[in-house]
Amino acid sequence: MWFKATESCNCIEPQWPADELLVKYQYISDFFIALAYFSIPLELIYFVKKSAVFPYRWVLVQFGAFIVLCGATHLINLWTFTVHTRTVAMVMTAAKVLTAVVSCATALMLVHIIPDLLSVKTRELFLKNKAAELDREMGLIRTQEETGRHVRMLTHEIRSTLDRHTILKTTLIELGRTLALEECALWMPTRTGLELQLAYTLRQQNPVGYTVPIHLPVINQVFSSNRAVKISPNCPVARLRPHTGKYLPGEVVAVRVPLLNLSNFQIYDWPEVSTRSYALMVLMLPSDSARQWHVHELELVEVVADQETELTAEQRLMVETILKSSNLLATLINDVLDLSRLEDGSLQLETTTFSLHSVFREVLNLIKPVASVKRLSLTLHLASDLPAYAVGDEKRLMQTILNVVGNAVKFSKEGSISITAIVAKPESFKDARIPEFLPVPSDSHFYLRVQVKDSGSGINPQDIPKLFTKFAQSQAVQTKGPAGSGLGLAICRRFVNLMEGHIWIESEGIGKGCTVTFIVKLGIPDRPNESKLAFAPKVPGNHVSTNFGGLKVLVMDDNGVNRSVTKGLLLHLGCDVTTAGSSEECLRIISPEHRVVFMDVCTGLDGYELAIRIQEKFKKRQDRPLIVALTGNTNKVTKENCMRVGMDGLILKPVSVDKMRGVLSELLEHRVLFEAI
Amino acid sequence: MDVLQLQRKLREHQAAMLREGFLDDQFSQLQKLQDESSPDFVIEVVKMFFDDSEKLLHNMTRALGQVPVDFKQVDAHVHQYKGSSASVGAARVKNVCATFRNFCETQNLEGCVRCLQQLQQEYSLLKNNLQYLFRLQEEIQAAGGSIPTIE
Repeated sequence: MWFKATESCNCIEPQWPADELLVKYQYISDFFIALAYFSIPLELIYFVKKSAVFPYRWVLVQFGAFIVLCGATHLINLWTFTVHTRTVAMVMTAAKVLTAVVSCATALMLVHIIPDLLSVKTRELFLKNKAAELDREMGLIRTQEETGRHVRMLTHEIRSTLDRHTILKTTLIELGRTLALEECALWMPTRTGLELQLAYTLRQQNPVGYTVPIHLPVINQVFSSNRAVKISPNCPVARLRPHTGKYLPGEVVAVRVPLLNLSNFQIYDWPEVSTRSYALMVLMLPSDSARQWHVHELELVEVVADQETELTAEQRLMVETILKSSNLLATLINDVLDLSRLEDGSLQLETTTFSLHSVFREVLNLIKPVASVKRLSLTLHLASDLPAYAVGDEKRLMQTILNVVGNAVKFSKEGSISITAIVAKPESFKDARIPEFLPVPSDSHFYLRVQVKDSGSGINPQDIPKLFTKFAQSQAVQTKGPAGSGLGLAICRRFVNLMEGHIWIESEGIGKGCTVTFIVKLGIPDRPNESKLAFAPKVPGNHVSTNFGGLKVLVMDDNGVNRSVTKGLLLHLGCDVTTAGSSEECLRIISPEHRVVFMDVCTGLDGYELAIRIQEKFKKRQDRPLIVALTGNTNKVTKENCMRVGMDGLILKPVSVDKMRGVLSELLEHRVLFEAI
Repeated sequence: MDVLQLQRKLREHQAAMLREGFLDDQFSQLQKLQDESSPDFVIEVVKMFFDDSEKLLHNMTRALGQVPVDFKQVDAHVHQYKGSSASVGAARVKNVCATFRNFCETQNLEGCVRCLQQLQQEYSLLKNNLQYLFRLQEEIQAAGGSIPTIE
């Protein structure tokens, strides 16, 4: 703008003439610009004051100043459209200069600021992604935790009872609920171990006894690892429900469940992993959903199924202890209940080969805790010439020793208890003070003499005879020991008598301790490991093996050739064989002496009819011979028919020598054998 | 011929019979059953088998010659024959019997007749081979040797 000073008022006149319209528009625009420029910083201040964090306040100040000055410039411009004084012009100039300065400074500063602001944006995005990821992981952890909680709940439920049936049923129910299963089933191995039988299902109340041979490839695959394996819905173990209409069966998973058989337990001798038997648990997802098995669901199933993991040494010890104690307890209870049998002498001792050392060890282990609480010392002396193994009634011998030692501990407040066991020599019988006792040792028997000496309360010699009477308590018992029923010594005497021995007590008097001695007759085993071996079935070579020493069997076959072959086979195994060529002949000559009847069922319905007639002939099951079918038919129907008519077994022809040997052993032991077809 | 050579011949012959499928493992099982208490077990059983075979083959021929043919009857005979041949380990005979039974089921007369002829053929082959085997065994025993068993 050009201005020239006028002489009169020192005012400045705009150079251009005041064009009304243009000027009017300029005027208005300037005014609005000024307005806007003034309001922007106000807005900025307002919003920045609201936000908690803004790092660049001084930037705002600068920017605000710049805006304000610009606004001021435009505002002052309003006055310069008409004639204006020099003062206005000067203010205008000053404003402009300031604005120039500030705006340049702002421009320079923005160069630094803007990249920073942009990077803030990037960081914001990055953080958002991270937060989303963490959210996902949190979700996973939460699911795992829930799964863990479910497993714990399931385990707790399963372990809250000792009843096997309840345990298994609960497992199925809880699994079904947790995983929302369509069906859940448990297949248990049959007694023969050749098949799996459907034992429990979730939905069906009473599953019919479907069976499946155990050696299917899919079952072997599942049993060979402890993981849950996906199987085809069409395999026999998964075909649990009738297919009603067409639908896509849901995914099926199977897992093995290790089984502990109580018969596997032999004390100090745990079963090898390879001889363990397994049950099979099959789980099915609902059929019409698109659900698939998730990894965490499979893990859940595996954990639940494998409730019996390898026991630690400590757990083993505990389980063994429980077993031993309950074994002994069971015998004790049985014997007390059988006291009547003891009375009239009809109780019969069992005869097995057992380790003498282990009997004494057991007694010691059972008594030690009590003795140590009472601070009594226990010592055991076993003579070096004591046989390692003896033949007799192990349980009752242990019971006797335990009773005697138990009494010693019971009636001693302090001191020591010594147990000695020796082989009784004929000379030592003299001091037994029982003139009528004249034992005669021989090659097959020896006399075990056990003496238990304690330093306890002793017994008045006059009371000694009464000790062996039932239910009588010694009046002179000064210690308030635990009350016994008074049966113990009476029972011991009975056992000792049954073992052709004698038991007596000596005591010097009250407070002078007590000595209990007994002698029993035990057999000497022929071979130390006799008891460990069952029939050794695999005897090679061509010699006549008398494993089945004269076992009377009957062979029924209408084909002469087959009859001769089967007869020869059984003769070779040492059986006493009678043959029959027809059903009538068979019925005529069959007798209770025959332990097994082998009948050919290849020819029509004759065989089944015969089986029924035989069962009718022998009313009591234990009298009649076992009925085993011989057939070349690998037909499931044949097998089902055999089972239906009540046969005890089925074997497939041709039968080799080894197979027949194994079959006879199995039959005589288990009384049933159905070969897998 | 001395004992060793005879024994070798016997072994070879037995091995050949096994290889060709005339006999199977069941025959070795029978041999295992032979011992001091029944020294002629195998021969006795095989003789019984021969008698049985001839009787059954005769019955089959008669049954197939009748008009109309009673296939059930034929099948019963074949079934018996299959059983006995399986017991002695006569593998080829047994297999032909299996095919024969299929034809009986489908009532295919031509197939049955063909099978019967095959059976007769297999039977005579088997008989000759076994009789040769037994002759060798007799010669070995006469010469004081022992019969080698096949594994």
